[in-house]
Amino acid sequence: MDGTSQQPAQTMVKQRHQSTMTGDPLFKGLVLTTGIGVLLVLGAIITVMAVGGIPAFKAFGPGFLFSAAWNPVSQHFGAAAPVFGTLASSAIGLIIAIPLSFGTAFWLTALAPPALSSVIGMAVQLLAAVPSIIFGMWGFFVLVPPMAHYVQPTARHLFGHVPGLSALVSGAPFGTGLLTAGLILAIMIMPSITAVMRDVFVSMPTVLRESAYGLGATRWEVMRQVVLPWSRHGVVGGIVLGMGRAMGETMAVTFVIGDSNHIGWSLFAPSNTIASLIALEFPESPAGSLKLASLMALGAILMAISFITLWCSRVLLVRSESQAGKR
Amino acid sequence: MNSQTATRTPSSRSRSLAAQRKMMDRFATVLSWCATFLVVFVLGSILWTLLKNGLPGLTAALFTRSMGAPGQGGGLANAIVGSLLQTGLAILLGAPAGLMTGIYLAEYGSTSRLARAVRFVSDMLLSAPSILIGLFIYMVLVAPLGHFSGFAGAVALAILAMPIMVRTTEDMLRLVPVAMREAGIALGAPKWRVILFICVRAARGGILTGVLLAIARVAGETAPLLFTSLGNSEWSLDMRRPMASLPVAIYQYAGSAYQDWMQQAWTGALLVTLGVLIINIVVRVGIRAGRT
Repeated sequence: MDGTSQQPAQTMVKQRHQSTMTGDPLFKGLVLTTGIGVLLVLGAIITVMAVGGIPAFKAFGPGFLFSAAWNPVSQHFGAAAPVFGTLASSAIGLIIAIPLSFGTAFWLTALAPPALSSVIGMAVQLLAAVPSIIFGMWGFFVLVPPMAHYVQPTARHLFGHVPGLSALVSGAPFGTGLLTAGLILAIMIMPSITAVMRDVFVSMPTVLRESAYGLGATRWEVMRQVVLPWSRHGVVGGIVLGMGRAMGETMAVTFVIGDSNHIGWSLFAPSNTIASLIALEFPESPAGSLKLASLMALGAILMAISFITLWCSRVLLVRSESQAGKR
Repeated sequence: MNSQTATRTPSSRSRSLAAQRKMMDRFATVLSWCATFLVVFVLGSILWTLLKNGLPGLTAALFTRSMGAPGQGGGLANAIVGSLLQTGLAILLGAPAGLMTGIYLAEYGSTSRLARAVRFVSDMLLSAPSILIGLFIYMVLVAPLGHFSGFAGAVALAILAMPIMVRTTEDMLRLVPVAMREAGIALGAPKWRVILFICVRAARGGILTGVLLAIARVAGETAPLLFTSLGNSEWSLDMRRPMASLPVAIYQYAGSAYQDWMQQAWTGALLVTLGVLIINIVVRVGIRAGRT
């Protein structure tokens, strides 16, 4: 095919190319410009947040990061409490989500009957598609009442007198608070962590798995000693990705965190996160006020935190992909 | 092998080891079943709660009347239309940018440094906290103009929708066989025609999937709309004015103390969730059907 038709085809290409000379560079320029436009959008977001936050950083200095004050009357604002709430609620969410995701991914890849696996896998992904405000409503009306009536009283009954643990369960039983927010976050980030885990588990060469089975390993031993070590980069990358999502989550957390600018040990104490504080306080922040600048500064901090986590997860996932490609 | 060793060397140590290993396997299996069951149970609980609380409010008035004061028998018509308008405009704005960036990444950039940066930034935007996008658009499009607008809301949603379409477009274009491109080039078509009329056409199902997923993602977004289109209790189709949307209406009503507003919040939540889930199911079943 190539030997005979190459000559005429090439001249034809040349002719056509000359008649449509402008088409190619024009199109390339167009798609290149939109690509660069994507870069500019992120650049603009970061710039706007940073510039908008400058008055707050100027007014409070580095103390802004360490002050737990949030007082619109005395015009004193600090980032410590919402940053603490963001990190604490995400950490609780991760602690709950990791075993849940791992168990589900293990089930989907090793235990499930094939027909059931695809259906349940789809159900898990549908959970990821549910809008976050729905999680907020569900959390507030379904999860909060039992948290207030059963979970916290029971926890206080069990651990209230144990030294070291009593601080974790102290406070009035509102039902809202860090633990409830963590629970909701766990449910919300769990599908994406599961999806990543499932993909890296499946991408492992079957030979490795089968040789382990051939040596007489049980399913759990194959998972624990072969699949997990092999796919650790991808697994950690997926977890970090979930953490990034959890820290930026707004609506669901706003419903169940209880909105209180407070740092403490108690899992049941109402708290706030950067995102929930912005959502709740922004409507009452006039343009040009120090409060708005403080919210922008918090936005810049959140942007920086999620940028770093997503970058880490990306590095890990790319490493896991190249590993999968190599073997 | 396990049981064989045990029978060949019937020492109590190896037998207990085998039993222990089997126990561990059982234990992990049971926990894994529990985890999966719990996840499915939560999804079921969310759907059940929505249906139980939302279905009673599913009346004709909900679709024909605009939002009103509590006890006045208002509906959600303006919020539903507002959501459709803003989501539609967001896709109109975001899709060309998303598709072209995807084309750039798949066909031109590939492994260049710039393309890697674009890919990374697009992934960043995909997972960036959506409330920050709202804050950004407020500073850029709302504060300078002095008023909230449906247009600003649509732009915020477009920024969220775009990266999804970038990702799917690039992935789908990469699946187009090289032979098809070569055939196009051999016929003398310039590269842009090969891309647009052969590659994009061959990948159109997948690209459409990305567009649908983007619609499903932004249709339920609340946070980016709070500071951009703000919400509006009156009927308005003017994109230059504040505009109602279903998620924001749900947010306002769910925090209220009025019985009929609560009812409408649940019914609105049911509508949004069903819409989003149906799109997702169609897309995923479609992908599976396409594969086989």
